[in-house]
Amino acid sequence: MIDWSGYLSLILQGAVVTVQLTVMGSALALVMAFLAGLGRLSRFAALRWLATAYIEFFRGTSIFVQLFFAYFVLPFAGVSLTPLQAGVLALGLNVGAYAAEVVRGAIQSIGKEQYEACIALNLSRWQCMRRIIIPQALLVMLPTFGNNAIELLKATSVVSLISLADMTFQANIVRSQTGNTLFPFTTILILYFVFAMIITFSMRALERRMARGLDGVRN
Amino acid sequence: MTEPIIKIDAISKSFGTFQVLDGLSMQVMPREKLALIGPSGSGKTTILRILMTLERIDAGHIAIEGEQLYHMPKNGGLIAADERHLTKMRQKIGMVFQLFNLFPHMSVIDNVTLAPMLTKGVARAAAEKRAMELLDMVGMSEKAKAMPAQLSGGQKQRVAIARALALQPKIMLFDEVTSALDPELVEEVLNVLWKLCAETDMTMLLVTHEMGFARDFADRVLFFDRGKIVEEGKPDELFRNPKQERTQTFLRKIIAAGHRV
Ligand SMILES: Nc1ncnc2c1ncn2[C@@H]1O[C@H](COP(=O)(O)OP(=O)(O)O)[C@@H](O)[C@H]1O
Ligand SMILES: [Mg+2]
Repeated sequence: MIDWSGYLSLILQGAVVTVQLTVMGSALALVMAFLAGLGRLSRFAALRWLATAYIEFFRGTSIFVQLFFAYFVLPFAGVSLTPLQAGVLALGLNVGAYAAEVVRGAIQSIGKEQYEACIALNLSRWQCMRRIIIPQALLVMLPTFGNNAIELLKATSVVSLISLADMTFQANIVRSQTGNTLFPFTTILILYFVFAMIITFSMRALERRMARGLDGVRN
Repeated sequence: MTEPIIKIDAISKSFGTFQVLDGLSMQVMPREKLALIGPSGSGKTTILRILMTLERIDAGHIAIEGEQLYHMPKNGGLIAADERHLTKMRQKIGMVFQLFNLFPHMSVIDNVTLAPMLTKGVARAAAEKRAMELLDMVGMSEKAKAMPAQLSGGQKQRVAIARALALQPKIMLFDEVTSALDPELVEEVLNVLWKLCAETDMTMLLVTHEMGFARDFADRVLFFDRGKIVEEGKPDELFRNPKQERTQTFLRKIIAAGHRV
């Protein structure tokens, strides 16, 4: 009989890395989503072009290649990243590109009468965006952001390919050391599921909180 | 002799190939209450939206208090107004929309205080004090903390009026502000307009199908058809004794539709 407690703690160490990647990757993705999403809607052609290029590039190439690029190619350009940094960068930029389209779509879903009220009240474009449009659009974005975050969580396992010891990487170690597949992979299956549920429920709570008082009148 | 507060000079406006306004000129005097009436599609809303800078004109000039709205002086000539000039000019004008256009994610009082705080740098306490006075005037002070979704149409429109008033515009534009309301809610909004008329010096332009109200309220009525002023005059004359055939036809239809004249 194998004593699983040591192996379990190995997997839990990996789980910490997975959580780190998910949290930091999501934070970067959120920033990129707003930069590129707003960039797509900018008055300035150069910004629109830049945002489009970023979105199309990161959606059009695989996360696998992006990660390898960040970790193995960037050093030739003088940028050496730790595996964690490379992982956060690739995941954040990749998911940020998808989420940017969510930001753009949500902002465009807000009716033009809201912009017109802004003009009639003499708010500047930026005041209107920040105080009127984005707060309403955020509510439209949240459910899809939840999906994006779960996608990002699932994609974190790609970092085991650059030998970053995340949950999947550790499960493989345990498997090769014990010859048992059932224990490590059932464990991480459950853990991934629990993490995804945590994301889902916190997004729902946030959504409920933000929708308070709106009573379904969102445009 | 006083100068007109609004001077519209030969303006034109097309949407694509469809010309709504073709060389329209008109003037409005300070404090004047003007009713704009006419069939649907005649360009009444377009005129108000142009004055609120929600639409641009293709040709012509508009002066507000003697100052060009869409142009600014440069090297002795006039060039197209930039955003800064428009921002300055918009301070003189407020608008109330048919569908209220309240901000649904903000409470009633926040709807009213937002613009004064952001555009005039009014401190929160002062903005809220003023907002409560305005909400009181429109009979909505008890709902200050409510969200727009909790209000009836008439209540929303009264809040929208308070919101526009908070910026103290000299000119207020009302675009069919009772048209979206259930009949029993029209009165409460018209009462607020009456109050504004009696208690303020504002110049008011009102697009309406409420002929009875227009008759009592307006100093002058303009009847529009196809982007042109077909007939204008004192409400009593125009309603009792319309000279143009198109005006007569329009008024007959309005009466047939059940509106009081
Ligand atoms: N944004 C727009 N695009 C195209 N056509 C428009 C637009 N706004 C108004 N129109 C057209 O211009 C005409 C005048 O409209 P409007 O000013 O709303 O008339 P009114 O308020 O008198 O009913 C109508 O035929 C309308 O269809
Ligand atoms: Mg209209």
